[in-house]
Amino acid sequence: MSRRPFTPKVVTANALLEGDAVWLTEDDRWTRDMREAELITDEAVADDRLLFAIAQPDVVVGAYLVDAESGDQGPGPSHFREAFRTRGPSNYAHGKQVGE
Amino acid sequence: MYTYNDFDDAFVRERVAQFRAQVDRRIDGSLTEDEFKPLRLMNGLYLQLHAYMLRVAIPYGTLNSAQMRQLAMIADKWDKGYGHFTTRQNIQFNWPKLADVPDMLDALADVGMHAIQTSGNTIRNVTADHFAGAAADEIEDPRPVAELIRQWSTDHPEFQFLPRKFKIAVTGSPNDRAVTRAHDIGLRMVRNDAGAPGFEVLVGGGLGRTPMIAEVINGFLPRADLLPYLEAIVSVYNLLGRRDNKYKARIKITVSETGIDEFRAHVDDIFQHLRGEFTGLDQQMLAEIEQSFAAPTFRKAAVDKYDNARAEGPAFRSWSDTNLALHRAPDYAIVTVSLKAHGATPGDATSDQMRVLADLAERFGHDELRISHEQNVILPHVHKSDLPEVYATLRDHGLATANIGLISDIIACPGMDYCALATARSIPIAQEIATRFDELKLEHDIGALKIKISGCINACGHHHVGHIGILGLDRAGVENYQVTLGGDGTETAQIGERAGPGFPADEIVPAIERLILAYLGLRQHPDETFLETYRRLGLAPFKAALYPEKEAAHAA
Ligand code: SF4
Repeated sequence: MSRRPFTPKVVTANALLEGDAVWLTEDDRWTRDMREAELITDEAVADDRLLFAIAQPDVVVGAYLVDAESGDQGPGPSHFREAFRTRGPSNYAHGKQVGE
Repeated sequence: MYTYNDFDDAFVRERVAQFRAQVDRRIDGSLTEDEFKPLRLMNGLYLQLHAYMLRVAIPYGTLNSAQMRQLAMIADKWDKGYGHFTTRQNIQFNWPKLADVPDMLDALADVGMHAIQTSGNTIRNVTADHFAGAAADEIEDPRPVAELIRQWSTDHPEFQFLPRKFKIAVTGSPNDRAVTRAHDIGLRMVRNDAGAPGFEVLVGGGLGRTPMIAEVINGFLPRADLLPYLEAIVSVYNLLGRRDNKYKARIKITVSETGIDEFRAHVDDIFQHLRGEFTGLDQQMLAEIEQSFAAPTFRKAAVDKYDNARAEGPAFRSWSDTNLALHRAPDYAIVTVSLKAHGATPGDATSDQMRVLADLAERFGHDELRISHEQNVILPHVHKSDLPEVYATLRDHGLATANIGLISDIIACPGMDYCALATARSIPIAQEIATRFDELKLEHDIGALKIKISGCINACGHHHVGHIGILGLDRAGVENYQVTLGGDGTETAQIGERAGPGFPADEIVPAIERLILAYLGLRQHPDETFLETYRRLGLAPFKAALYPEKEAAHAA
């Protein structure tokens, strides 16, 4: 029986104090820039990293694993919802798209 | 208007103090998110895609100038200088920081406002006709009753953990501007044959995943019986409502599964018993509340300034044709200020605009403002002679768009630009439709038309009751927009019909354009509205306009 191949993922969440989107890096930091995130290609590692994230309730809220693609500058979103989270809303220049 | 008494004030202050302690404990790590989430939701604090969001109740959509100025101050001090008015007559701040929220709530309490019960499975902010107390067609101002319901339902010990959220709307007019038929309970003031005032009580309406139009549970409920009767309905729901399945938990499902007759019988049983327990205190309270809603003393003065401005200024004439409604005092008008400038975000007001509106209310509007579920702001009492000056001020601040009830007066929920539950964006679609029809210069020719857009099946944008409804979905990882036609949120309420497969984001605006051009060709005369034409002809010709390639395939 063959298992479905594991699609690469990142761990993401919202910051507790500001509420904005953050991603988990390889060196255990939370970054506001998805391109710095750790792209996880192994399922067991992914589960482990998610547990690590969930164990930080005083830093982040609602951590989850989500599909990501590898790009020239680092991991990027594969779904439009995640793409919006890297930028901010489309009706105003607010949020990450203007470095907030 | 109603001002908090000492009890209200102490209650709200105590809740803020409690929440401040809870936020502190969350930040220092002694509360987990699982523990904190229900507490923050009870205080209107959500976590969205890019930030927290604070939802503040504007009971029955009524504000005074001091409250509006305070909202502007909050927007400047703790947010990004604007606020978003919602279809439930609330205001949402999209960018608060967790640690600032208790201060925001204290600032709200300073002007008699709060964010309590804007979330959770409780009785939510009671909504009302936004022309309440001003409309020419009104039987009575519904707001005293709405305030009575607010006091009865706030922190009601039995109703803090209902099977699901619960929404009540009230109107005092036969013309239903409060979408009462799409609420868990809708109340319409009526008079019986003897001329006594009472309510037609509607139950089990709602939009969302399973849209339903409310049914009449009681054709005439005497005014004095209102609270025991409401309590009976909510109690029956509290007992019978399903708690096993979130999607079947709203009262609309309870009513449709139980059957309206059996549901009514249960309510009557409990009502007979409860009526004795309400000893008239509620009626005393109502009488007191009514005093704080006494109508202002309307001025008698010449209106020739208004007539002259109309004769001389086409822009003023166009605005007054579109944005004014009939007031019960002959020399007055109800002004609807559009928050739908072409290309702007529906329902958003900057802090400057809020202050301008507050000033206008204070100078020309008996200090009253209303927020409509259609996401506009209303100056309910303006003497006609003041309208030219009001208009000039609005125009200087981007608030004089003459489009009320027209194609660009679109309801749009926040959608995936903000909302964590969204499946697609709503705001950009509204912006593009408004901009496109402004370019075409067709808006006034098209006439009365309500487009309503939701960013997911929860239907906060009321798409089911839009003449044209648009629902944003995620189809295989791409935004996709489904169209419903023929919906109606008024006294002739109807759920719209799905027209066919959805459209990708770049095809939805051209599809709407085809639909409208088809309507212009199909209507019998310029006064036949889109909805009337749709009701006369049905879906087929509109479907053909939406999906021309299918038609071509059939013909081939
Ligand atoms: S309809 Fe959906 S996307 Fe829009 S505000 Fe409601 S929950 Fe959010």
